[in-house]
Amino acid sequence: MLLSISWRNIWRNKVRSMVIILSVAMGIFAGVLATAFFKGMADQRIQKVINTEISYIQIHKAGFEETNDITDYIPNAAELLKSINNIDGVAGVSKRIVIQSMAASAETASGVLISGINPEQEKSVTSISNKIVDGAYFKGIKRNPAVIGKKLAEKLNLRIRSKFVITVQDLQNNITSGAFRVAGIYSTDNNMFDEANVFVRYSDLQKLTNFPVGGAHEIAINISNKEELPAITQAVKKVAGDKMSVKIWKELRPEMNYLTEAMDLYMYIFIVIILLALLFGIINTMLMVVMERTKEIGMLMAIGMNKAKIFSMIVLESVMLSLTGGIVGIVIGAITSKYGETHPIDLSAWAQGYQQLGYDAFVYTQLDPSMLVDITLLVILTGVIAAIYPAYKALRNDPADALRIE
Amino acid sequence: MNVIEIKGLTKIYKTSEVIVKAVNGIDINFEEGEFTAIVGPSGSGKTTFLNMLGGLDKPTSGKVIISGIDVWKLSSRQLIDFRMNNIGFVFQSYNLIPVLTAGENVEFIMHLQGKPKKEREKRTKDLLEAVGIGNRINARPSKLSGGQQQRVAVARALASKPEFILADEPTANLDSKATNSLLELMSQMNKKYNTTFIFATHDQRVMDKAHRIVTIEDGKILSDEYFERD
Repeated sequence: MLLSISWRNIWRNKVRSMVIILSVAMGIFAGVLATAFFKGMADQRIQKVINTEISYIQIHKAGFEETNDITDYIPNAAELLKSINNIDGVAGVSKRIVIQSMAASAETASGVLISGINPEQEKSVTSISNKIVDGAYFKGIKRNPAVIGKKLAEKLNLRIRSKFVITVQDLQNNITSGAFRVAGIYSTDNNMFDEANVFVRYSDLQKLTNFPVGGAHEIAINISNKEELPAITQAVKKVAGDKMSVKIWKELRPEMNYLTEAMDLYMYIFIVIILLALLFGIINTMLMVVMERTKEIGMLMAIGMNKAKIFSMIVLESVMLSLTGGIVGIVIGAITSKYGETHPIDLSAWAQGYQQLGYDAFVYTQLDPSMLVDITLLVILTGVIAAIYPAYKALRNDPADALRIE
Repeated sequence: MNVIEIKGLTKIYKTSEVIVKAVNGIDINFEEGEFTAIVGPSGSGKTTFLNMLGGLDKPTSGKVIISGIDVWKLSSRQLIDFRMNNIGFVFQSYNLIPVLTAGENVEFIMHLQGKPKKEREKRTKDLLEAVGIGNRINARPSKLSGGQQQRVAVARALASKPEFILADEPTANLDSKATNSLLELMSQMNKKYNTTFIFATHDQRVMDKAHRIVTIEDGKILSDEYFERD
């Protein structure tokens, strides 16, 4: 009966209740949409880094990541690659020779990370092949073709078929150089990556550096379902053995993981700020409710409604008021966010700034159901907190005095 | 048998400038089944007396003993429960819960008492029929006339099966037809359930029905008379 009374009490002053319900709904809608937007943005960034730069899992010889020593390679990379390919859920595997080097054009030079890849294998792991904006992915050049980033091409003033020289240290610690021609120019949304990464064929780099055939510094693994990452990682570790370092994307690029965690934290802070602003509106409404009903509350006390029940009635009213607005906001926010999962928000007007940081100009929202549960709980908490002072005021009423009010 | 024993009941209001003795050492007893009117001019202390009797207003001194319990020695929590189970209230301005129907208003107090749903529903129906508005069980107070609302208030006061009912100016807002009808009803309820009714009033029609009239002036009992009625 208390629930029923509280619910009906809300609608005694429809306009006032609707104003507060709409305020809460608007606030929560904004919160849900902003959460989905920023989560989508962060997830897109992470997915992009996984797809174009690092893949889900990488294997190195233990210690290579610290030293980048060319001699710290995986000797049996080719066999390992085959074994990993047989693991359920693995969508693609690619082995790479990875060397810090200098790329020089006729005009200038730049430090780059050169990756010797098997172009077909690499397609199954990263999406560089889909990011070609000029030329073709290892096509059109027979000898020593290279795929370089747009930013590097601009820096070194290179065009398709332009020749440039790569200088590296070979396996015997000798400095050696090779001439490559630009077959394709790629552009990801990360200018820093585009400026620093050059892709050449595995065989060309292997010959240039006297690298043992079948060996590699890095094995990159792509998976078909990211939910299976922990299980596949375990299986890969088992196949790779103790001497190899197997790391997932979160370990390879910890800042990406921090990005998700920081984004979640910011979102909670954002929602809490919205709710704090709404809190005062709800307190104000509940104070008006209590003051208008002083006589009625006095009567309830007189006929035997105890303080706990009166307190509960006021808290319930406040929670119902907040929750009604909250649910409306969550539903509209969820529908809008769901729509945004297939219809991206166009930020192309500010694309240059975003792309500099590696973010997409088109953001697909990402609705997190667990966040909706948290928001619902926070709205309930707001309702409870908003009711405490008004309920305290109500309980301080003396029934005899309250009943004298005309 | 005395239902209520009052000894030396006093209420003093103090402000920075004056001290007002609203009720000044009243000693009086009420027996089971009485139909009593407390009368007196405005400001004579009727309502204050009734509020102290009903456990709403704490006396400055004196005792209110109801069925052997010294009411003002109870804790505030015990007092609320005591009021719920022993005292029925009928107020001048009806004071029904506007968002509840007539039936729900009557049922509400039994809900507070923790009575089972079936019992609540049956008693609500019986009481509303007894007060003559069984057909308005689903009407909200705003859809009822003043007289009908006061009948609901009487049914609500009776719902908890109290020892006695305190009615503060119950007819003040009613026209004469509704007043007569309500008084007739309360008189019937008094006879039917042997419930003690104590009114604070200055309505002659109420006094004409009362079996006992206690006149208060300046916080003291001026007279205490008994009458034979039909």
